[in-house]
Amino acid sequence: MMLALLVALPFLGICLPLLAARHGRSPCAAAAALAPLLGLILLFFLGPPVFAGATLKSGSPWLPELGLSLSLRLDGLGFLFALLILGIGILVILYARYYLADHEPMGRFFAFLLLFMGAMLGLVLSENLLLMLMFWELTSLASFLLIGFWHHRSDARRGARMALVVTGGGGLALLAGVLLIGHIVGSFELSEVLVAGEAIRAHALYPAALMLVLLGVFSKSAQFPLHFWLAQAMAAPTPVSAYLHSATMVKAGVFLLARLYPALSGSDWWFYPVSLSGLATLLLGALTALFQHDLKGLLAYSTISHLGLITLLFGLDSDLANVAALFHVINHATFKASLFMAAGIIDHETGSRDMRRINGMWKYMPHTATLAMVASAAMAGVPLLNGFLSKEMFFSEILQQNLLGSFHWLLPVAATIAGVFSVAYSLRFIHGVFFNGEPGDLPRPDPHEPPHYMRIPVEVLVFLCLLVGILPDWSVGPLLAVAASASLGGELPAYSLAIWHGFNLPLAMSAVALSGGVLVHVLRQPLLRWYEGLPDLDAQALFRGGIGVLVDFSRGLTGVLENGSLQRYLALLLGSVLVLAVFALAPLAEVDGPVALGPVDGIGTLVLGALALTGLFGAAFHRNHLAALLVISGSGLLVALVFARFSAPDLALTQLAVEMVTIVLLLLALFFLPERSPPESDSLRLLRDLLLAAASGILVALLVYAVLTRPYESIAAFFLENSLTGGGGANVVNVILVDFRGFDTLGEISVLAIAAVGVSALLHGLHLPHPPVDRERPRSADHHPLILRQLARALLPMAMLLSAFLFLRGHNLPGGGFIAGLVTAVALILQCIALGLSWAGARLRFSFHAMAAAGLLLAALTGLGSWAFGRPFLTSAFGHFSLPLIGDFELATAMLFDLGVYLVVVGAALSILCGIGHVGRDAPRGEVS
Amino acid sequence: MEALFAISLGMLTASGVYLLLRARIFPVVLGLTLISYAVNLFLFAMGRLRTGVAPVLGKSAGHGDPLPQALVLTAIVIGFAMTAFVVVLALRGLGELRSDQVDGKRSER
Repeated sequence: MMLALLVALPFLGICLPLLAARHGRSPCAAAAALAPLLGLILLFFLGPPVFAGATLKSGSPWLPELGLSLSLRLDGLGFLFALLILGIGILVILYARYYLADHEPMGRFFAFLLLFMGAMLGLVLSENLLLMLMFWELTSLASFLLIGFWHHRSDARRGARMALVVTGGGGLALLAGVLLIGHIVGSFELSEVLVAGEAIRAHALYPAALMLVLLGVFSKSAQFPLHFWLAQAMAAPTPVSAYLHSATMVKAGVFLLARLYPALSGSDWWFYPVSLSGLATLLLGALTALFQHDLKGLLAYSTISHLGLITLLFGLDSDLANVAALFHVINHATFKASLFMAAGIIDHETGSRDMRRINGMWKYMPHTATLAMVASAAMAGVPLLNGFLSKEMFFSEILQQNLLGSFHWLLPVAATIAGVFSVAYSLRFIHGVFFNGEPGDLPRPDPHEPPHYMRIPVEVLVFLCLLVGILPDWSVGPLLAVAASASLGGELPAYSLAIWHGFNLPLAMSAVALSGGVLVHVLRQPLLRWYEGLPDLDAQALFRGGIGVLVDFSRGLTGVLENGSLQRYLALLLGSVLVLAVFALAPLAEVDGPVALGPVDGIGTLVLGALALTGLFGAAFHRNHLAALLVISGSGLLVALVFARFSAPDLALTQLAVEMVTIVLLLLALFFLPERSPPESDSLRLLRDLLLAAASGILVALLVYAVLTRPYESIAAFFLENSLTGGGGANVVNVILVDFRGFDTLGEISVLAIAAVGVSALLHGLHLPHPPVDRERPRSADHHPLILRQLARALLPMAMLLSAFLFLRGHNLPGGGFIAGLVTAVALILQCIALGLSWAGARLRFSFHAMAAAGLLLAALTGLGSWAFGRPFLTSAFGHFSLPLIGDFELATAMLFDLGVYLVVVGAALSILCGIGHVGRDAPRGEVS
Repeated sequence: MEALFAISLGMLTASGVYLLLRARIFPVVLGLTLISYAVNLFLFAMGRLRTGVAPVLGKSAGHGDPLPQALVLTAIVIGFAMTAFVVVLALRGLGELRSDQVDGKRSER
């Protein structure tokens, strides 16, 4: 519970800075710092058992079917990272308070920062791998938002996009890897995954799972060859660079290496990719950092290089190297965050980050300079500072390995070279910025010390560098021990955090690195010239080129598939459906099934033959719209006959009523549309369409025949048996609609009501001109013929009576809400047609929309009513009543539901048709209005 | 009878598909209508074609399958709503684009 609160705190705190932003910058920063401060206190309360070696767990299931649970764990490793996230987070908030300018939206900045903080805490405290993955992606998103914080700058937008593409893509690979691990282990819970290392390594899928996980790790921790995004991410505000892109987020990858160390390490599959990628990153990062002119660029490549160092240590596959890696995680977070902050101060004070222009800052800001120099010395690995200790451990570990066989000398040599470069760029940072003559022309000519509070975070971090560097065992010893033992999942190897180990090879390597670094710095001018002469290999340009090729390709593909022609889409769609259907039906050896055919009778033959013919005629004469409509309405009526013939009276009635409404609808539409289609010239297209149509027809015919000649099983018996006893009705179809499957019906009438609303929205503000009157066939001058008028008026009461009759008997005999509603709708529309919309409108004084809504409400309330009696939604009750003349009949609550259906049908149908009728109303009086 | 039913449905579908692929909006709407007839009949036929066995208890000795019928009943009504929506969409398109070509192209009319 406490763990969940710990993770939830930053998320809960997101709104605080947003709310406090209007009260000024300090309240805003204080509000933002509240959640991490509380979190830190909570973390300290949870600390003692963790330091005693316990693993705190809490959790509840989320989607147990998928193996996803909301389970969290806090062990030494999680504690170390949570401490870094919260501690540095608070310092960064304080720093950002002074870094951001007045006019910048500070509330939003802190909200993003807290979002990131929560995601990162969730990542390091997850017990469930899928949950961790979710937080992992959330950190990528937060990083995207923070890099793009200055969204008016194109480099920020580009950097944000690139970071999202690379880390998000890596996240997808990680997802696949995690799913494979889950498949191998049978669980996504870390406590089970971590003890299953043997089983994982023995599994055939182990290499695939490992490579996918590593892809995620390398993308997140900016390992070669996926390192390029980190340099572009430096477009972010400096507090973000200090926090996300040096201290925490980029450590998520190495965190995962530490976390899954017991499960995945211990094979060549682990050693070669991890250590070689780490080594390449270490060297490449250090070398590139040396030649950066941008302050943050230097720090970014140095971060890449240090991340490579950590990865290399994990790749060495020894317990001691693991300890060294975690130690370096701590040290790097402290000195690099403080260096970024110092760089931000210099940028803030001088307005520039170009080291060719910023020189001699010692004079202007001695305090900041001292801090930055101590932190740089830590980065270079100068004794008495924390960087020295972990670098010594690194050197001694790299001497221990013998995995490369006769090339075992390669790693120590490469490590020493990287050390040389690291010293050289640290020197360049100090010497170039703080000494080396006078400043060039700076955008802000008068640099001075920043506000005192802006320096405090740097001071704290630099103090930690010194403390750890001088008193390692006393300060960081217990934390490192508990974190390393959690990462290793077992006994800690023997190690000592002392400053002095005597004269040995690692010390000699350090000495070589230091003196070599000085030498390189002295020779920097020719080296820089040499670097300038190198061909410019811009990762950003390569990346953009790659993305451009992808975009062009997909645009070309889209252009082919999606040229804006509905006919093309439909043809493609139907074609692919046909292909898929043929594939799916291929296993069907024979079309003819075992069931004997029913007898052919005259009526059936006639009706079905006529149905087919009307369809064909409709297609053949489609260019004359009115004729085609009339023929196809004939098909509709014949369909009703087919239903009637094959024992479906309800369907026949429904089809009949719907057909009438549809004819009115289509006639209305035809009033506005042209009467004819012009001939289509392209005979090739005609051939294509005919082929598609014929193929679809043949496929459907074969499919129907194949189904109908095969035996079938149905759940019909249940409905037939329970209709009377359970639903109180003899008309099983109606009972299914209003009772057994009432929830479906509720959904369906909702669709109907939504369609009516959609139609109204589409018609809103639509005015169509009346089409020109055809000379050859003038429209009738008599808008409301007398006979139709009289008949319509006489028909109304009869139709309403029929409707009521159909409604009341619906539960036991063919009829019901749908049919009664349609009959009512037909009767009312007839009034509108015969007597005019304005005449009918004056008498139908209610809104059809309200009617449909009332029906929906009634149906839903009837359903809810059964809750009052402690029954599930839409349980019906019924009883028998008798009325004079009508006789014995039943009243069921289902009837109320059916009444709702009735109201929705009437309301929806009338609102649609009258809506269309109104479209041409302001024009001269036409057919309808 | 089943063979005849299948052929009839096939022809209905073929006509519907052909109309669906026309370039003017009204035939497309008619094509949709024809296809929805075919689909409704297809779904209905999943309960098999039997005569004189309406699923109304007490009216006949045997009873057909009521479930496809209930499904098709709502499908018919929703089919109307869908047709109405498409028609109104077409009218709106006519109003905005002054064309009844399915891609909104102005014709030479």
